[in-house]
Parts: sequence; structure tokens; C-alpha cells
Amino acid sequence: MKTNTPVIEINHLDYRYDYDFVLENIQLKVNKGDFLAIVGPNGSGKSTLLRLILGLLKKQDGQLLLFGEQIDTFTGWDKIGFVSQKANSFNTGFPATVYEVVRSGLTKKTGMFRFYPKDSKEKVLAALRSVDMEEYIDRNIGELSGGQQQRVFIARAIISNPEVLILDEPTVGVDIQRVEVFYQLLNRLNNERGMTIVIVTHDIGTITDKVSHIAFLNRSIHFYGTIEEMKRLDNEVMSFFYGHNMHLLTSNYEHGGARV
Amino acid sequence: MIESLFQFEFLQNAFITGIIIGIIAPLLGVFIVVRKLALIADALSHVTLSGIAASLLISKWWVPFAAVNPLYTGMLFSVVGALLIEKLRTVYKHYEELAIPIIMSFGVGLGVIFISLANGFTTDLFGYLFGSVSAVSRTDLYIVIIISVIVIITITAIYKELFVLSFDEEHGQSLGLPAKLIHFIFIVTVALVIAISMRIVGILLVSALMTLPVAASIRLAKSFKQAIIYSILFGELSVIGGLISAYYLDLAPGGTIVVIAAGILLVTILYKKLRLNFKIVG
Repeated sequence: MKTNTPVIEINHLDYRYDYDFVLENIQLKVNKGDFLAIVGPNGSGKSTLLRLILGLLKKQDGQLLLFGEQIDTFTGWDKIGFVSQKANSFNTGFPATVYEVVRSGLTKKTGMFRFYPKDSKEKVLAALRSVDMEEYIDRNIGELSGGQQQRVFIARAIISNPEVLILDEPTVGVDIQRVEVFYQLLNRLNNERGMTIVIVTHDIGTITDKVSHIAFLNRSIHFYGTIEEMKRLDNEVMSFFYGHNMHLLTSNYEHGGARV
Repeated sequence: MIESLFQFEFLQNAFITGIIIGIIAPLLGVFIVVRKLALIADALSHVTLSGIAASLLISKWWVPFAAVNPLYTGMLFSVVGALLIEKLRTVYKHYEELAIPIIMSFGVGLGVIFISLANGFTTDLFGYLFGSVSAVSRTDLYIVIIISVIVIITITAIYKELFVLSFDEEHGQSLGLPAKLIHFIFIVTVALVIAISMRIVGILLVSALMTLPVAASIRLAKSFKQAIIYSILFGELSVIGGLISAYYLDLAPGGTIVVIAAGILLVTILYKKLRLNFKIVG
């Protein structure tokens, strides 16, 4: 499902915290149906870029278009589904069932001052079915394992049928053997529903055979292209693009330095 | 008791007010607890106290003001306090919780000044501090009913958004929900409920009625809906039990209500522990 309809378009985007550039002259174009991985070491600005795209941070300089609209005036947020890093996104003692959590993904689509639609139960079931979590519908969210919670959050993101799904380090805290299943799920959403997927990760090893496009980010985009294009680069060039701390990534990650 | 309830208007006022507050205080309490704002209720109740004290003081200086129900000044102070907390939270971005003790101590300080200027403690003030079965007037009751209807409609209207933002604020923002507006509306309703609850529970204990039933309910509830239902149930049990025992034993209802709520919390903790032990043994 590759098209040339741009879903996310970024031109000359800069972002500074005080006077330090976190992102510099970012150029990026994500077309409908793309499966893009943004890869970079800790502190490379991955999360910042993602938060800018999601409107969680206010854009400073440059251009950011979502579905062809300037982000400042963009209102179609229900077209974008977001799955954040599980670990720091919610309080595990929260009294809520999987059903309530997944249904809350319909909030924007339903609109203010309205009740959830009558068929929301079917919608929740359908969303849970696509992540193989149907039988957990009445369970308390805090009782589930990290991987199961992550799948529930994907169900919450896809219940409103978004055109783009954005995931921030989704496989952190998920068992290695589950990671494979997890990517199969994303590939299914990408292939069968034509959902555009943008995933941010520090883990270059597992994703190269799963995504269609890849971007190496370290303050600015050092490489952006299809997987075939990336494979044509030899290793030496790659490690140059990726920065010298490539082998430090996994050991550093434990300390959660990537968030800004 | 039942006979006196039919006989005395003041008892009716107290009971109806109590039953209404037993619903709305825990209802808001659920959101307060899951959003980890339990201390805000405490801070706002102390600000309400300064509002009440201000009203008593102004009435002393300018007698016609005595006709104005102190509930109004209490509500006004409470809402202003809520807005100040919100403002301060944005000033101290990295120390958001600092806003709460600042406003709380300011509220108490102001209250104490007003109270000493108004020549200290009166029975009136004692009633506001610890609640009273006899102090609720018909006008108080009407104010409570009106505010409660407004609060219930508001919470129903923003329930979805409030749930999303309480569960996962970042997700709510990524959906493009007006997080600030929702939070603002919520905190104003909290301020109003605190002000109207004080006649029955008293200012010093109103936050307990918002948090203790919730603390008990989240130990048992699997879903958010259950958490709300149990909280209201425990809230009602505490209020009704507290008012009855306050009436018979001639105690301040604030104390009896809160002690019963604490008792319920204890029972749920023990129940959970026993069941857990039983599971492990069995």
C-alpha cells in the first residue's frame, strides 16, 4: 500500500531547549502506508521529534504538516493514534478494566459532552481481537503483564481507526520472544489496513527486516530512505551516520536517558 | 430518630444535605485520588475556612453583611484558592506539588487573622470546623442542592475526558483534548463541593470524606465504574451512620462520619489481607 500522499511532512524543523539545539534542520516526509522507524541513540531527539509531531510540544522554527495541514491549525487528532512508552505513562494501581481503557480511545472521536456510542462494546472487542487480547476485556489493567498492557494500549490507539499509528519505544519491557509477535501485529496493521506506522526505537537490530523506511536521527537526520537503500550503505558509512555511541545504546538505555 | 426526623426541620436539612454530600464528595474524590491530588482537597478546605472567617469578620464590622450566607464567601475563597493553585503549578513547573502547601498555609494564616480580628472562636465557627447537625438551614440545603446538580451535570458532561486525562494525561493530550480546560473545570467543581460540604462534615474533615471512601473502594474495585459506585456507597454509609451517632451521642458529625469512614477503610484492608492469605493457604 505505498502511495505518495504525504501524511507527515517536516521541513527545516529546529527545536531548542534554552539555547541548545535538540533538533536541527529536520527534513522528513512520511507517505501514507509507510512503515517508518526513527532510530537514534539516547538523547538524539527522538522523543522530542515525536512529541512535536503529536502536538505535545509547541513547534518553534520550521514547518510541520499533518495531512497537508499546518500543525498549529490541525484539528484531526483522531486520525493519529499514539502508543507511548508504557513504563511511565500510567499508574498501575488505577482501578480500570481493559474495556474502560480501550474504550477511552474513542473519546476524541465521540466529541465533548457526548456519551460513548452504543456500539462501543463491539468496537472495543474488535480492537482487542486484532491484538489477540479479547479474553482480557474485563480484567484490571494493572494485573496484566507489560507486553499485554502494551497490546491493550495499541487496541486503545487503533479503536478510533486512525490513519497513522505512532509508537514510542513500544518494545521496552516486553519479553524478547514477544517482540517478534508484536512486530507481526504492526505489520498486519500496516499491510491489511494500510495504516501508516511511525515507530521510534533505539534498537536497530530487530527492526530492519520489518519496516519499509528508516531514519537515523542524531539531532539531525543523518540518513533517511528505504530499507533497500540502507542496506546498500556499507557498515562503515552506517556507523558514521549513526554516531559513535552505537554500541553504548543498549547498556545506556536502562537509565532511561532518552527522554527529555 | 425517625420520628424526630419528621418532626424537626433542622434534622431533615442535615440528613438531606448529608445524603447529597455523601454522593458528590466521594464522586469527585475518585478523580482526586487517581489523579494524586488528595492534598488539594485539604488545601482548599483550609482556604474555605478563611472565607468563612472573613464573612464572620465582615458581619461584625458591617452588620447587614450577616444576612449573607457564609457559604457564599466560603465558595468564593475556595474557587479563588483553586485558581491560585493552578496558577502556581504553572509557575513551579518542576515542583507542582509545592502549590498545595503554599495555598494551604496562606489559607490558614488568613483564616487565623480573620478569626482573631473577629474576637476569636464562636460556636458558629466550631460548627464550621467540625460540622454540625443543627446548623444546616433550609437556605443551606437549597444551595447544596443547586450546587450538587451543577456538579453532577458537569462531571457527567466531562466524564470521558476526565477519565482519559486521569488515566494517562499524555495520551489525552495526544488526542488533542483540552486538558487545561478540563482540569480547570474539575478543580472549580472540587472547590464548590468542599465549600458546601463543610456544614455537615466541617472544614477540617471534608477532605477525609473525599478520600477515605475512595481509598477503601480502590482496594476492592476492578473497574473505574465500580470504584465510583463503591466510593459513593462507603461515603453514604459513613455520612448516615455518622449523623445518626452524632445525633444520639451529641457529638460533632464531622468526627463520627470520618471515624466510620476510617473504620470502613480498615475493614476493606483486613478483608483484602484475609482473602489474600486464604488464597495463599488454600
